[in-house]
Amino acid sequence: MSTKPRVGLFVTCLVDLVRPQVGFAAVKLLEQAGCDVEVPAVQTCCGQPAWNAGADGHATDIARQVIAAFEGFDHVVVPSGSCGGMIKRHYTEAFEKDAAWLPRARALAAKTHELMSFLVKVRSVSGVTAQFAKTVCIHDSCSSLREMGVKAEPRTLLGSVDGLTIDELKDQQTCCGFGGLFSVKYPEISERMADDKIADACATKATVLTGGDLGCLLHLKGRMARQGKTLEVRHAAEILADMGGEPALGEP
Amino acid sequence: MNLDPKNFPQAAREALTDPLLRPALGRLKTHFGAGRAAAVARYGDFEALREAGKAIRDYAVTHMDELLTQFEESVVARGGTVHWARDAAEARALILKVLQDAGAKTVTKGKSMVTEEIALNPFLEANGIVPVETDLGEYIVQLRKEPPSHIIAPAFHLSKEQVAETFFASHTGLDPKRSLVERNALVQEARAVLRRSFESADAGITGANFLSAKEGAAIIVTNEGNGDLTRLLPRTHIVVTGIEKVVADMTDVSVLLRLLPRSATGQPISTYVSVMAGKRGADESDGPAAFHVVLVDNGRSKLIGTEAQDVLRCIRCSACINHCPIYGAVGGHAYGATYMGPIGAALNPGVMGVENAAHHANASTFCGRCAEVCPVKIPLPKIMRHWRAVEHAKGLAPKSITAGLGVWAFAAKRPGLYRFGASVMAWFLRSIGRRGTVHALPVMQGWFAVRDFPVPQGKTFQAQWRARK
Repeated sequence: MSTKPRVGLFVTCLVDLVRPQVGFAAVKLLEQAGCDVEVPAVQTCCGQPAWNAGADGHATDIARQVIAAFEGFDHVVVPSGSCGGMIKRHYTEAFEKDAAWLPRARALAAKTHELMSFLVKVRSVSGVTAQFAKTVCIHDSCSSLREMGVKAEPRTLLGSVDGLTIDELKDQQTCCGFGGLFSVKYPEISERMADDKIADACATKATVLTGGDLGCLLHLKGRMARQGKTLEVRHAAEILADMGGEPALGEP
Repeated sequence: MNLDPKNFPQAAREALTDPLLRPALGRLKTHFGAGRAAAVARYGDFEALREAGKAIRDYAVTHMDELLTQFEESVVARGGTVHWARDAAEARALILKVLQDAGAKTVTKGKSMVTEEIALNPFLEANGIVPVETDLGEYIVQLRKEPPSHIIAPAFHLSKEQVAETFFASHTGLDPKRSLVERNALVQEARAVLRRSFESADAGITGANFLSAKEGAAIIVTNEGNGDLTRLLPRTHIVVTGIEKVVADMTDVSVLLRLLPRSATGQPISTYVSVMAGKRGADESDGPAAFHVVLVDNGRSKLIGTEAQDVLRCIRCSACINHCPIYGAVGGHAYGATYMGPIGAALNPGVMGVENAAHHANASTFCGRCAEVCPVKIPLPKIMRHWRAVEHAKGLAPKSITAGLGVWAFAAKRPGLYRFGASVMAWFLRSIGRRGTVHALPVMQGWFAVRDFPVPQGKTFQAQWRARK
């Protein structure tokens, strides 16, 4: 019988589809931090696209599935502030008037964490064993900053990576313009917001843009690819798990 | 000029390509954003102040009926009259009646978003009364026949060069060779022109930042002093404001006065705070001979008891607008409504109808900056999301979005099917990707209009994970 905490990894749909390495990086980091990691097979998505679109029926159906799959773990860890925020902040709103599910949603919310914040705050990790001899800038996702309260943790962990230098963006508060379906519904506004963020990143000494939310990173990399900009984009977990040698996002 | 919220996407696209708008909007961060941040940092426990402001406004919203009744009694006791307007048409008619009874031909106006909301100026003009805006920004947009693009800085979208052009075109009696290069020259010219209007106006109309029920007072904050001249010089003063502006007493007002300017412009206090109560007393030498307050509902009261109720706490400081990246990209005119940015997105669908203002609620990434800076802690994204849910439930959401969402949700509720679908999708994207990205697909056209999509790394995580186990 292990005394290690049992962690359920909520992979997120974007990591599952586009960047499985982030999932493996998360597993590696969590195991290094002394956790038993399981990945429930029944997970699909957190339901945020439906919730943000106001499709509450779909959102609560999916949320029930997530709650049932993850409520048995000691902790639920998500390599995304956005999906983490959905589980931690919005499931309780979704079940506000549902006496049966609200306590379960609350219980799950209480043990759900963004990956880097879990490592630092819950597992007291102060550094990682990884090498990445590049200068990076960090994009804080809005949900990480404002829903999950994650700001110092990526800096603590990335700062411990051998060879890595952080050169911060000038504006660390403003949204990059992804916003899930927003990026599809209002592409031109999203484009302007992306371009402002990309200009900020390009004005730093960084050759790599990193962050904790794959949604923002896909959007920013997709925009940069369209413009022919060459800044390397990768999820922070990859760098922390010493997987920074693999081709970056959107690179062959 | 967009005057229809349903045209938001098109108007936003046009705004994004307006070369003069971009530098103007760039001042949002340097002017308002930095100003608020500094004021909050200097204040100390601003969070406690926000909590106090929220509690005061929450009390006011949930006791609005009592407070408004008390306000009316207090106003009447001071020799004033309160008029109740259910909607914009009633408000316009009531105001016109007061003006006609007073024999007014010209009216000076302090800044009032509610009079924008009820489209008062064109109505007065059609009825032979000349309204003159006396707030500098309002005056500029009035000359240009434009609506305000910002609730506290109506001419925020303009450069000083554009203002100079407007003055040269409008102030035709002045020397055409005069210099209007300096900002101060513009201010002095407007001041001189407006002085004549102040002296000749038959009535003055102001808004109100707050109504104090106990004292029967309307309170306004200004930086130009135009509100005082609008109230004090003419014979008749009319306050036009929304019913939700009422609070219990001046003690509550004093708390809100600490929040409002700091959140708005970053000032610890505005240059002027005018407390306007009743008509000129027998022992007073200044002030209007008649004092009227027009309380406008226009869709507000129906929000009480709904999921959008908290939006009524708003004190119209504009902090949400100033920190909104959507507003920062497209400006105020694209919204086609009096209230723009996050407060518009939370308010407009409620008062104008979701069928009219759904774009306002949808044009948000839910980044949360607005709620973070709101002085009375309105959960703006939550209310916007509520309107999206109403839109969805009424079947008003775009079919392309709901259909796609339906297919996706069908799979997302069936993990086995979802895993299969994701595997097929990963394979498909890899096989059509070139040099690491996909450039176009027949679906998600909004995505591919401006960006590529990074090709998946390999098989899905779930497939790889299960293969390893």
